[in-house]
Amino acid sequence: MKVEQISIFLENKPGSLEEATRILKDAGINIRTLSLADTTDFGVLRLIVNDVETASRVLKEQGLRFSRTTVVAVEVPDQPGGLHGILGVLSKNGINVEYLYAFVEKSGRNAVIIFRFDDPDAAIEVLRKNGMTVLPGAKIYSL
Amino acid sequence: MIYNEDFETLPHEALEALQLKRLKQVAQRVYHTVGFYKKAFDEAGVLPDDIKTLDDLRLFPFTTKQDLQANYPFGMFAVPMSSIVRLHASSGTTGRSTVVGYTQRDIDNWSELMARCLVAAGITKNDIIHNAYGYGLFTGGLGIHYGAERMGASVIPVSGGNTKRQIMILQDFGPTAICCTPSYALNLAEEGKAMGINMKALKLRIGIFGAEPWSEKRRLEIEEALAISALNIYGLSEIMGPGVSMECHEGRHGMHIFEDHFLVETINPDTGDVLPPGEEGELVFTTLSKEAFPLIRFRSRDISRLLPDPCRCGRTLVRMDRITGRSDDMLIIRGVNVFPSQIEAVLTGIEGLEPHYQIIVDRAGNLDTLEVQVEVGEQLFSNADEVKVLQNMERRIANDIKEFLGVSARVKLVEPKSLRRFEGKASRVQDRRQP
Repeated sequence: MKVEQISIFLENKPGSLEEATRILKDAGINIRTLSLADTTDFGVLRLIVNDVETASRVLKEQGLRFSRTTVVAVEVPDQPGGLHGILGVLSKNGINVEYLYAFVEKSGRNAVIIFRFDDPDAAIEVLRKNGMTVLPGAKIYSL
Repeated sequence: MIYNEDFETLPHEALEALQLKRLKQVAQRVYHTVGFYKKAFDEAGVLPDDIKTLDDLRLFPFTTKQDLQANYPFGMFAVPMSSIVRLHASSGTTGRSTVVGYTQRDIDNWSELMARCLVAAGITKNDIIHNAYGYGLFTGGLGIHYGAERMGASVIPVSGGNTKRQIMILQDFGPTAICCTPSYALNLAEEGKAMGINMKALKLRIGIFGAEPWSEKRRLEIEEALAISALNIYGLSEIMGPGVSMECHEGRHGMHIFEDHFLVETINPDTGDVLPPGEEGELVFTTLSKEAFPLIRFRSRDISRLLPDPCRCGRTLVRMDRITGRSDDMLIIRGVNVFPSQIEAVLTGIEGLEPHYQIIVDRAGNLDTLEVQVEVGEQLFSNADEVKVLQNMERRIANDIKEFLGVSARVKLVEPKSLRRFEGKASRVQDRRQP
């Protein structure tokens, strides 16, 4: 039920983000969703793509510093309180969120929230017990 | 004024006779008490008895910084620890630091040499000295301090840092002399001015500056900014600390080397050949009176030249010109000696880092800046893609550099391959400072 995410280390300088997206474009990789965390010196670009293996291969070939991390995708109705409900469940169960980002599905009915947890398995168990919809990787890659 | 007229104005023949006598003694002593020298002399096929004239010194092998590091911490000491009363050390991780020891007589001699320096600058016992050299393992602070007490001036042991408080002391205590690095003097002048203080109206009249290379242009800047007479001092902890040589206020050109305690040679750094006086080369020092840490032909790596002409001040001691460079890759950052290899040692000491780095030295205002760019290695990034982990790593590297090398660095993580790959011995250092 987990999703693989690609994280790319980028310096804060003109062109570094463009280089990363160009490499993915040239390999025909489609980006499902992304987020960028930044500091004064550097940023971390986090991506969910349609083909993790190919993306990893081309990034490695081009010498970019990246890693593959496990995240959890949760579907919520795109309406007020959707995210809050999940966070309430997590906090009640003592689950710590490292970071998250979100996007709205094409249908427009649901939002998908990507979570990074210390312990994804424990988080998934808690979410499912509480009736949340945890999306499998295959579903996200092919959205 | 001359503090020790007898020794500072010795006629040349008498000085050489004294040097020869002391050289023979120190060669005997190191051969019989320091394992390193026994081995080095034996390997070079020389014996202390081979010294018949001062020129015979060139038969003897050099001592390098690497030799000192290889004998870390106390391997070069010529006396038992019970005779040592003081230890100082250069910055650096284990095996990259140099530890020096002093007997009571060494401290007495050092105090006398520093007293000579202060008097040569025109300082009297009526002066108050603001001593902003760092106190601690660094020799600067305590060296000046003991010299000041020896010649009877009042000394304010203000040490380094805390610039606003220093400016308050400069105003309130009214020191008439200041000792620090030349860049810190300019920094004080600038900060004081920014605080709305007329720094030229302070009671300061003399400044003694050293521990980093500086130029005549900087001398004029400092003299203008603080309305003082600025003089150059030289020393190195391996040989003694500050007080190996000092500019006199009468001559203001070149630093008199206290030749009754130190024998100086100039060599071609590539061949090791001794150069005639006046030619530019690397200075090599032999200690003539040191008990705890005597060194034979220590390669200072400082490039300068000797000025053999007599000086108007009356001292017969030879002068050395300003240091114009180094014959190794040592950097002097805010008065702290830093070797790129020490930074590399810090990086390799941190789990998950690869030693791909570049050092960028620059100057912001009057203060040196050190930036260390480190490539993000696979291991570091695979362990966590979280920004906080990377930021913690930056902080950790900066802390380790500060702790081991005593200098603040800005650490920046960079993408792999963004640093130039070096072939052979090309430098990992970019020094953008203007002298």
